[in-house]
Amino acid sequence: MTSRWMRIVAPLMLLLLLLGAWELFVRWFDVQPFILPAPSQVLVAFVANFTMLVRHGAVTFSEITLGLLLGGVGGILLAVVVFYSPILDKALYPLIIGSQMIPVFAIAPILIVWMGYGLWPKVTVAALISFFPLVVNVSDGLREPTEGAVDLFRSLGATRAQIFWKLRLPASLPTLFSGLKVSATLAVVGATIGEWVGSHEGLGYLMLQSNARMRMSLVFAAILMLAVLGLLLFGALRIIERRVLHWRARKVESREVSR
Amino acid sequence: MDATSSLRIEGVSKSYLQRSTLIAVLDSISFNLETATWTTILGPSGCGKTTLLKIIAGLEFPDTGRVFVEARELSRLGETAYLPQDDTLLPWRTALGNAILASEIDGKPIADAKREALDLFDQFGLSGFESLYPSELSGGMRQRLALIRTFLTHRDILLLDEPLGALDPLTRATLQNWLLNVWSELKKTVLLVTHDAEEALLLSDRILVLTDRPAQLQLDQAVELDRPRDRGSSELVSHKSQLLRLLLEEEVGT
Repeated sequence: MTSRWMRIVAPLMLLLLLLGAWELFVRWFDVQPFILPAPSQVLVAFVANFTMLVRHGAVTFSEITLGLLLGGVGGILLAVVVFYSPILDKALYPLIIGSQMIPVFAIAPILIVWMGYGLWPKVTVAALISFFPLVVNVSDGLREPTEGAVDLFRSLGATRAQIFWKLRLPASLPTLFSGLKVSATLAVVGATIGEWVGSHEGLGYLMLQSNARMRMSLVFAAILMLAVLGLLLFGALRIIERRVLHWRARKVESREVSR
Repeated sequence: MDATSSLRIEGVSKSYLQRSTLIAVLDSISFNLETATWTTILGPSGCGKTTLLKIIAGLEFPDTGRVFVEARELSRLGETAYLPQDDTLLPWRTALGNAILASEIDGKPIADAKREALDLFDQFGLSGFESLYPSELSGGMRQRLALIRTFLTHRDILLLDEPLGALDPLTRATLQNWLLNVWSELKKTVLLVTHDAEEALLLSDRILVLTDRPAQLQLDQAVELDRPRDRGSSELVSHKSQLLRLLLEEEVGT
């Protein structure tokens, strides 16, 4: 079997195995559905409530993507500013790191007070949690070019702007995408937390409501939906990454062939 | 000054502050380069050859002394084609994209630059590799590409910092011949830095030998051998052993 097939089949087999064990466990010990529903019950709930899950999922997904977009753009801009201004670097960096020590759970209720129950407090939480990996990764990426490469550009009379657009920015793209993928998973967490703290729609809201009514299979169906959305986002980013970094994909391919 | 002189170095000295000690690197170096000639700087490793090239390229400033390009004294950024020692091909650009970098920076039309680059690729045995990325090229091809990029800068003075240093002996010999062919067609003023005496003798019109730090000009010698030169000829071999003796004395002296 080719390695490409193994990459799809192997995790799928493991997942089926785990789900099977879960199903057997629930049936064997006759666990009550409001404590732990069997995977088959979750699937039934998922299908039965599909339109509702999609409606709430759409809300959560827009919170995630908007948050990631804002946090992403903010993180990249901050990294560039900090890179080019040593003073701002010294002033901002400790604050940025310090801000990461504050759990978003503590900020979310405050944001609800300020911004109400709508979309924006969730977007803000998602943005706040997802900008940090980009600041760190893009800062590192901008420092990627060697002294020789910078010398080459300068000796040709390149302006600072040309050195940024033609050298530093392209060199930072691989780490930028690594950061973006981490940020995407964090944005899912951020949006869900935002919804838990106060909302009237979204998958987080649906989870809390169903939990309170002991409809555990719907809680799990909402979690499943959230996982699907997260994977969709992650997959979309991977596709964009491969498009943008196609020069890198080729290198990886040739390495795999030689292995 | 001489009308055919394209580069003039006058009493250039340079020191660095390293852990609060002042280290003199260059000590009043002076020489002229004549247009369309090949000059090689030979010296023990770490003697400040790279620093000298960087000063000429305008990347660093001498403590004392002056550098003139075509009798003008100015910021030399953008005036010369400098090929740094480390690998400076951009991994996200194709071979062709790397070759036309200078035209892009100069704001010249890309289509013209590409056409010209393709001609050179064809002429110098890289045709068919235009759309490959540097990571897909062999070490010799990468270095050839870096040199093509340097030639395509349209600068008259080329500053080459050990461009063949990292290659295996066979590739190196091939590229030395190749480089000589390209140069004889394009007629640029070349200043090459190397620590390989044979390479210097094979390629140059003139050899400048530097002493160990702080580097002074130890020897300024014209190479009057007809091209193409044979690395096995008795003249070249005897010149080589003389140069090696000179370099070795420098190394032992430290």
